[in-house]
Amino acid sequence: MTTTRLLTVSSATTRRRPYGTVDKPRRSILLTVLTGIALVYSLIPLIWLFINASKTQSDLFSTFGLWFGGEFALFDNIGRALTYDDGIFLRWFGNTLLYVVVGAGGATLLAVLGGYALAKYDFPGKRAVFAVIIGAVAVPGTALAVPTFLMFSSMGLTDTPWSVIIPSLISPFGLYLMWTFASEAVPTELMEAARIDGASELRIFGQVALRLLAPGFVTVLLFTMVATWNNYFLPLIMLRDPDWYPLIIGLNQWNAQAATAGGTAIFDLVLTGSLLTIVPLIIAFLFLQRYWQSGLAAGSVKE
Amino acid sequence: MTRITPRTRRVLIGTAVTGVATLALAGCTGGGGEADTDQALEEGGTITVWAWEPTLEQVVEDFQADNPGVTVELVNVGTGIDSYTALSNAITAGNGLPDVAQVEYYALPQYALQDALQDLTEYGADEYEGTYAPGPWSSVQSGDQIIGLPMDSGPMALFYNKDVFDEYGIEVPTTWDEYLQAARDLHAANPDVYITNDSGDAGMAASIMWQAGGTPWTVEDTTVSFDLEGDEGAQRYAEVWQTMLDEDLVSPISGWSDEWFAGLADGTIATLPIGAWMPANLEGSAPDGAGAWRVAEMPQWEEGVATSSENGGSSLAIPQDAENKELAYEFIEYANAGDGVQTRLDGGAFPATVADLESEEFLSEEFDYFGGQKANEVFAASSAAVVEGWQYLPFQVYANTVFSDSVGQAFLGQTTIADGLADWQSTLEDYGTEQGFTIE
Repeated sequence: MTTTRLLTVSSATTRRRPYGTVDKPRRSILLTVLTGIALVYSLIPLIWLFINASKTQSDLFSTFGLWFGGEFALFDNIGRALTYDDGIFLRWFGNTLLYVVVGAGGATLLAVLGGYALAKYDFPGKRAVFAVIIGAVAVPGTALAVPTFLMFSSMGLTDTPWSVIIPSLISPFGLYLMWTFASEAVPTELMEAARIDGASELRIFGQVALRLLAPGFVTVLLFTMVATWNNYFLPLIMLRDPDWYPLIIGLNQWNAQAATAGGTAIFDLVLTGSLLTIVPLIIAFLFLQRYWQSGLAAGSVKE
Repeated sequence: MTRITPRTRRVLIGTAVTGVATLALAGCTGGGGEADTDQALEEGGTITVWAWEPTLEQVVEDFQADNPGVTVELVNVGTGIDSYTALSNAITAGNGLPDVAQVEYYALPQYALQDALQDLTEYGADEYEGTYAPGPWSSVQSGDQIIGLPMDSGPMALFYNKDVFDEYGIEVPTTWDEYLQAARDLHAANPDVYITNDSGDAGMAASIMWQAGGTPWTVEDTTVSFDLEGDEGAQRYAEVWQTMLDEDLVSPISGWSDEWFAGLADGTIATLPIGAWMPANLEGSAPDGAGAWRVAEMPQWEEGVATSSENGGSSLAIPQDAENKELAYEFIEYANAGDGVQTRLDGGAFPATVADLESEEFLSEEFDYFGGQKANEVFAASSAAVVEGWQYLPFQVYANTVFSDSVGQAFLGQTTIADGLADWQSTLEDYGTEQGFTIE
């Protein structure tokens, strides 16, 4: 009995497939339903945002939240959001781009360099570095914000873009990810071969390792980009001058404007601004995700 | 007055920065605090003002036009608590301080206690005794010191939607008993209509207790005594609000949300007991309610006795370690006692100055939003009827942030208001002790 069953399972010709395979996946109703719920759960806020960004302020108050109001005012809202208060939104947009390009870009670069070095070179104190990095991953950035503020304040750097960019350059998680990724993705044999051919260490990194590291690079870039784009607390503490605000702080200020004596509620602009704020992230995600997918799989199989 | 030469001026200004010592010196030369600040105006310079009050923009422009050498950088570093976080951080760091900061009355004692604000009597602010309504004026005092100049005030009034009351044939309440009954009648007539909304607002609770003649805490130097259970004001607040919560008569919508403005515009929130600065917000953010709303005196605890309290309101203050305090004082004097007051009134702000509260022009202003009603008459009467003796805690900012953890739970049906108040008190006693206060 047992033998037959084993035979059946292992037999390639059998028609019974108790478990799905990659080529012919078995459909599970339960899984489909769960995935569907997760999909709806994650999409509804987006749909809500899109629908409500298309409403006028009075429709926003008087019509059902998950369906369009009487007037499709999306383009009008976009126009007003971009020009409100002398076009400060565009300035905030530019600031966010600056923080993301320099901050997240720099963080990724440092993570790749550091991760590669830690994975491929031996030096005294490596274990200590490992402990520090793991420790740093465990400490939430929010907890460090106030001490960082005091430190930057005594250096006279608060209320400048540097106060947002410099702390963003450090990404312990990115470094850790690159470290593990580099140790799998860059075969030591390949580096040795290059060395025998007379390549310098810098050349090996630039011409051999960097290409193999590309998927990991993109993954870290995506993580740090999203983290910097969404970073709220650090710029909130560091920046005083609205001209240097990133979008997320600026939008919060627009939102808070409704709650002040004599202030006008501009929820329509807050919503439209939020919609515009997530568009670049969505584009970046769609563009980078194919690298990300291959990145997560790379190195998992020994060829 | 002796003519001050450029040389002595330099000496004066140089020492002015070093603080208290200046006073004696300036007194000797016969100039007094006034001379210092007038001088500062002539010299010119740059000051930074942290404020979110929208009417200040015009004030800053006018001030700069009058004083060509002066630049005022008006920065909105966030509203209320965000701004205090920024201010506290700058005070801790010892740099990056503004020269002027907007500080709400409830937050002033907190900074006064840290000696973080400049005593303005040194610049002659005591001359404004009697200029401001008693509520705001007592709010800017800390012992013998004056730590800010009142910018606006918020005497409480009952804003109500007349159309809704007319539609269901319900009288506008004049006492809290009637208010409770009106709440029942309105909700019975139309289950969508609530007499008011509240999701646990500390500022509102304080204003109600204040109006009820309460002193749920008293502060003397660093000694704070609490009586949130036995205090008459607190008990009255707890009683009325608990009844409304039990009978499901309060809309759980939180203030300042989009739902709130929607409710104000469409009549599902029928009244608001709130500060007199509200009209500009109604006009700007609930324009569809225009014509329907009116203003009445606050519901009273005892018939025939007019009592009121304050809700909100801000001062402009000068941080102790600000760089350009003389010029800063000139600015807040201009904004809160000088020509800036009228500019701000024109912009829709509510005054704290007695002269304006009593002026014919102010009282006779007709509000289109309130169907042509002379609403300022109601507000001015309320301002004069504010119950004296209210104090804010020296850690009121903290107290307000933890209100929702204790009393706020009652609004979710997790506890009762009375238990919530007791809980709030013990949290505040613990915090006060940790901060080095003597708690009685």
